Amino acid sequence: MIRIFHVLVLVFVAVAGLTSLSAAAQTPDDVLTALKTEAKASTIGFQGFSAERGERFFKQTHGNELRCSSCHTENPAASGKHAKTSKIIKPLAPASNPERFTDAAKVEKWFKRNCNDVLDRVCTPQEKGDVLTYLLTVKS
Amino acid sequence: MLFNTKNPFRILGLAVLLSGAMISAVHAEDDDDNERVAPARNALWQTECGACHVAFPPRLLPAESWRAVMSGLDKHFGSDASLDPAAAREIGSFLEKNAGREKHKTTGKPLLRITETRWFKREHDEVPARTWNNPKVKSAANCAACHTQAESGNYSEHNIRIPK
Repeated sequence: MIRIFHVLVLVFVAVAGLTSLSAAAQTPDDVLTALKTEAKASTIGFQGFSAERGERFFKQTHGNELRCSSCHTENPAASGKHAKTSKIIKPLAPASNPERFTDAAKVEKWFKRNCNDVLDRVCTPQEKGDVLTYLLTVKS
Repeated sequence: MLFNTKNPFRILGLAVLLSGAMISAVHAEDDDDNERVAPARNALWQTECGACHVAFPPRLLPAESWRAVMSGLDKHFGSDASLDPAAAREIGSFLEKNAGREKHKTTGKPLLRITETRWFKREHDEVPARTWNNPKVKSAANCAACHTQAESGNYSEHNIRIPK
């Protein structure tokens, strides 16, 4: 009887472990889907995301000295460099760096910080979705 | 709960932390040369502070300076480096607990830049201007430009390579 209990506990632990792992792991497409839901709710006449618009946004300045490409470079498939500290930044394009856009909290944290540095405001779901759509088109 | 399976890495992390603490305890007993004591470490501090620059050792600034740094992360030397409250609390208490004890003669405001401490100036007084201006160094915050093992908290003179 005790042995059956042990087996049951083990099975429970294994299943719980697997479930929590799969819940934590996200793909860039999951992040994009979530952004789309947000954009639909907040953008009047939302017409989807655009890689071209995302690329322009990424490479343009927006009133401040820094633009996205100041640190991530014009080629998001390559390593970047922090504009102030020179610390190497791993590639942003998921094709080159599969870890990118797999953790919603991390995505949220960096969009908030970097949009503040580049635009002095948070980015809209439309802008974030355009940029991610662009990054997903970049080949390694 | 008996089995915390929510994050299997947590157990591994704890094991690594414990073994790290044991190693540092042994070192501290063996050797009272300050340079050789294993530096204080914290996984979250390493990841978060280390995302943009070398995670600077807590002993390089006094507790009041770290408190000031941590309360202004949304405008951190010109960048937004804000953290969620739980992470900020953990990192803040790690920094204060392991902060330096050197008293700084200040104008009343806590020093925020390590490079402005007397200690930093003294240790780097032989570094010529052309090295600081070298594009490979770029910023005095770029410890790893010369301290090749800075990432692992080792700033020993043996590991210094000044870029040409």
